[in-house]
Amino acid sequence: MLKRTPLYESHAAIGAKIVDFAGWEMPVQYSGPIPEHMAVREAAGLFDVSHMGEIEIIGANALELVERLTTNDVSKLADNQVQYSILTNEQGGVIDDLLVYRINAEYFLLVVNAANTDKDFAWIKQHAAAFNVEAADVSAAYALIALQGPKAERILQELSDHMLDRIPYYWSQKVKVDGVECRVSRTGYTGEDGFEIFCDPASARHVWNRLLVTGHDKGLLPCGLAARNTARLEAALRLWGNDMDETTTPLEAGLGWVVKLSKGEFTGRAALDRQKREGLARKIIGFEMEDRAPARDGYAVIIDGAEVGKVSSGSPAPYLKKNIGLAYLPIEHAAIGTPFHINIRGREVAARIVEIPFYKRQKKFD
Amino acid sequence: MANTPEELSYTKDHEWVRVKGDSATVGITDHAQNQLGDVVYVELPKVGEKFESGEPFGSVESVKAVSEIYMPLGGEITEVNTALADSPELVNEDPYGKGWMIELKIAVASEVDGLLSAAEYEDYLKEEASE
Repeated sequence: MLKRTPLYESHAAIGAKIVDFAGWEMPVQYSGPIPEHMAVREAAGLFDVSHMGEIEIIGANALELVERLTTNDVSKLADNQVQYSILTNEQGGVIDDLLVYRINAEYFLLVVNAANTDKDFAWIKQHAAAFNVEAADVSAAYALIALQGPKAERILQELSDHMLDRIPYYWSQKVKVDGVECRVSRTGYTGEDGFEIFCDPASARHVWNRLLVTGHDKGLLPCGLAARNTARLEAALRLWGNDMDETTTPLEAGLGWVVKLSKGEFTGRAALDRQKREGLARKIIGFEMEDRAPARDGYAVIIDGAEVGKVSSGSPAPYLKKNIGLAYLPIEHAAIGTPFHINIRGREVAARIVEIPFYKRQKKFD
Repeated sequence: MANTPEELSYTKDHEWVRVKGDSATVGITDHAQNQLGDVVYVELPKVGEKFESGEPFGSVESVKAVSEIYMPLGGEITEVNTALADSPELVNEDPYGKGWMIELKIAVASEVDGLLSAAEYEDYLKEEASE
């Protein structure tokens, strides 16, 4: 039985194409992946991401538990600050990537991938037993709407009492959106400025509809999973399951910047420390196709006639107008500029390693 | 309702065929391009390649997906629409005209009888829609 978010009827009512994603019926597109992607880059896009999981960790040892289970340094967070982090296993493998929200010293909210919510919660609950905390899967208590794009702040400001320009990147606040009590963070998965808006499920349709109406004349479009994927790929944001999983470490995935080995003990620390000292055998790279044929997830990477890896994420990039992707390659072949071939359904097509991210938004300083 | 020109023949894989003597021009239907969305890439065979009826001869790609295209009739490829390399969007804009894909020399004339008429294809679309 597939699950539906509180916004399912809204998507169906406007003719969204619905697909099965991680056990949820989700909109993959409304007007089309290309117009939706372009709206995110040039105006704003609205995403229903209520399928994602939320796990609350509350109590005297909340900070210690989160510190022990994740790779980033939780002690650096102030109240209302947010950090990207990794939940690792004993081998340093990636159980999930997540956002850690510090609400206060004894209250943390972890926002996790829809596909991993149950797995993550079971892992956390198992480890929480030794700590003075309550861990709860509160996913059903939250709807989550992402408003992303250069016009996101302007649109949300029309519906908010709080001065949004006072919420810096990777911080959150309690904000009323058209009278609805929400938590709003300046975070997202598109490479643009934007917000993720947490509210109670009963208020989700109100918030969604008001945002669509308010943003309409500014070019806001509802956006589905197809545009979400192409946007995150242009920004080289990793997708768990494609670009990393329990058999890859965050170091191999190029996420060493959220691994703070000196912060103290955490699950997988010894394995990651050893890997760092010994050097990586393989790492994730970004590539561009030399011609018009797109590489897709799972296609083989060929160097000197041999398969040396696979494309972990591959797709056309609508804004960049290129075909891009991520792949794991042996370290000796991972230098920027390295040419190689990708087997596209029996044909070997030329590609080249490039710097990531492929796209970086221009920061405005007004 | 998708456009289905009367004078063409069709397949259940949503290809159209314009038969002229022992030659056929092939593309994908208006229904197919609408289902696919914006076409970003079309992979076509080389002139001279030979395929059986029902064999995949190429593929058409949207942002999200790759769809194979199948020979409606067996034969040898005599021409390929090279305009689609730079302008794959022609498949969306003009599926029965500028979006044509291949021309082939028909190997077995009787295979033409196996193609659907416009009316038969439209009935097939109605059936598919109600499933």
